[in-house]
Amino acid sequence: MLASARPDSQARGFTGLPRWIWAPAALGALFVVVPPAGILARVDWADFVLLVTSESSLAALRLSLGTAAASTAVVLLLGVPMAMALARGTLPGLRVLRALVLLPLVLPPVVGGLALLYTFGRLGLVGRWLDVLGVQLAFSTAAVVMAQAFVSLPFLVVSLEGALRTAGGRYEAVAATLGASPTHAFRRVTLPLVLPGLASGLVLAFARSLGEFGATLTFAGSLQGVTRTLPLEVYLQREADPDAAVALALLLVAVAAAVVGLAYGRRGLR
Amino acid sequence: MSAPLLAVDAGVAARGVRLAVGVGDGETVAIMGPNGAGKSTLFALCAGLLRPDDGGVRLGGRVLADHSGAWVPPHRRGIALLAQEPLLFPHLNALENVAFAPRAAGASRRAARAAAERWLAEVDASDLAARRPGELSGGQAQRVAIARALAAEPRVLLLDEPFVALDVAAAPALRRLLRRVLAGRTALVITHEPLDAHLLADRVVVLESGRVAESGPTAELLERPRSRFAAGLAGLNFVAGRSTAVGSGNAGRLAVEGLGEVSGSVPDGVAAPADGEEAVAVFRPADIAVFRPADIPHGSPRNSWRATVQELEPRGVQVRVHCEAGPALGAVPTGAVPTGAGQPVRLSADLTPAAAAELDLAPGQPVVLSVKAAAVSLYGV
Repeated sequence: MLASARPDSQARGFTGLPRWIWAPAALGALFVVVPPAGILARVDWADFVLLVTSESSLAALRLSLGTAAASTAVVLLLGVPMAMALARGTLPGLRVLRALVLLPLVLPPVVGGLALLYTFGRLGLVGRWLDVLGVQLAFSTAAVVMAQAFVSLPFLVVSLEGALRTAGGRYEAVAATLGASPTHAFRRVTLPLVLPGLASGLVLAFARSLGEFGATLTFAGSLQGVTRTLPLEVYLQREADPDAAVALALLLVAVAAAVVGLAYGRRGLR
Repeated sequence: MSAPLLAVDAGVAARGVRLAVGVGDGETVAIMGPNGAGKSTLFALCAGLLRPDDGGVRLGGRVLADHSGAWVPPHRRGIALLAQEPLLFPHLNALENVAFAPRAAGASRRAARAAAERWLAEVDASDLAARRPGELSGGQAQRVAIARALAAEPRVLLLDEPFVALDVAAAPALRRLLRRVLAGRTALVITHEPLDAHLLADRVVVLESGRVAESGPTAELLERPRSRFAAGLAGLNFVAGRSTAVGSGNAGRLAVEGLGEVSGSVPDGVAAPADGEEAVAVFRPADIAVFRPADIPHGSPRNSWRATVQELEPRGVQVRVHCEAGPALGAVPTGAVPTGAGQPVRLSADLTPAAAAELDLAPGQPVVLSVKAAAVSLYGV
């Protein structure tokens, strides 16, 4: 890509790009691209299939895909209204709320996990009332989904809020004067207009959920088939069976690459 | 005038706007005025995109908004807005765009489609039905936008400078189209073009600084403007002062600060302004003759003023000479008549390029402007 970008831009005329930019840019690209290749070099190809189809590996993969899909659904249901309220709402204090809502983006995931534990754990702020009702969330598959949704929600909110702000409210105003109720305009105008932003937000949220480690380990533990997702399995196997860890890591790289490819493929179409 | 269908009598403090505008059933009213006069605020108040701080908005017998908090949201008002840009929904094709309002009103998919086809035919755009907004020219898109607004079957249609974003070639056809579809409809049209006011509107309302400066039937208002802005639209010179005397017949005089006395005639059918009443003198740039200071005009009763050329503006086959006019030539101060005092008055004269060249006009040059009294209309404001 770097190699082909240069003649292309020259063919299009003046770019204003200083020559020296290419050196640090290439260094940065190598820094990102080489490590995954390092994994490829370390993979034990002879036993690869055997390693990734072991019972524990398959359980972790199944759990990871299932919980990431579930948390993405949660993020969709909660994040879209949040982005709408933040982008279009006029309530006082919304700016402060936006900063708070984006907290998980900058919080270390382990701290997020602790926060969830002291809120939804058996003795937590909310958990003690749930416990009375016989609901225990911590160290369950539901806790995995909650941990993933907690860390990935801001990705969708940021992405969608940006798209909503860029789109502006002019089309909605036109829709209203044409007789469309706010709900009708939301379904028929707003959502279709921001669909690319929504899609990339969902892809980012799914990818972030798939790679979640710290919050999951802290709030949900590491129980095979229940809470031990692929990243947790990789970390566990790292000591016991490095070959298996590497094979699973490659699996994660492949899934992540597929997700990113999907996102960029969509963007390329626009 | 009978009770208006749409009555706006409202203020928005933050925008310094306080307006009272009424539109009769089936009437088309042109809203004109300089930028920032409150035209867009008026539309936002009507469409429900802005709440009034005081007063209110009524449609028929219904209160749409008032200061006590009564509020009908935009989608329940039956007032459609056509903006400067077509703002067609980019994810829908032309037909789906036009079908939007019927669908929003609860029509079935088939009924909405049939209605959309009908309205597209009404604006001669049936062949564009399957196109996406991105595949339409500016004129085509505005055509579809008109069909989309009409398909909402609004009681009032608001058009915000519908031609301003179009290229010169596309505007005439759209103007004809609007003239046809607006006939018999209740509509408000924001425009800067006197031509639009003449073609589309029964009445003109001129806004200035958030207030109604004047309003009246289009032809009358543009022929006998009572505000500087309307005079500018009609391309007329406009000076305001006080009536000093009405002479024999319809001859009259106006005392104007900076110019001295202006002689003119009161148009037929217009009541002569009383002595001391505020009045205006209006005359066409083409009726002003320009002389070198050495050549003193004589002949029929004239108004002659010393002036300084400010700017020469080529206008096709003519040159418009913008001047700042000073005191009258040989003015005889009589009692209360101010003569040389006060601000210079801006006047414009139209000359042929040949005449302008012969006079060797240039900015800063002193000249004498002269206009026959018979060419000056005097009337009260």
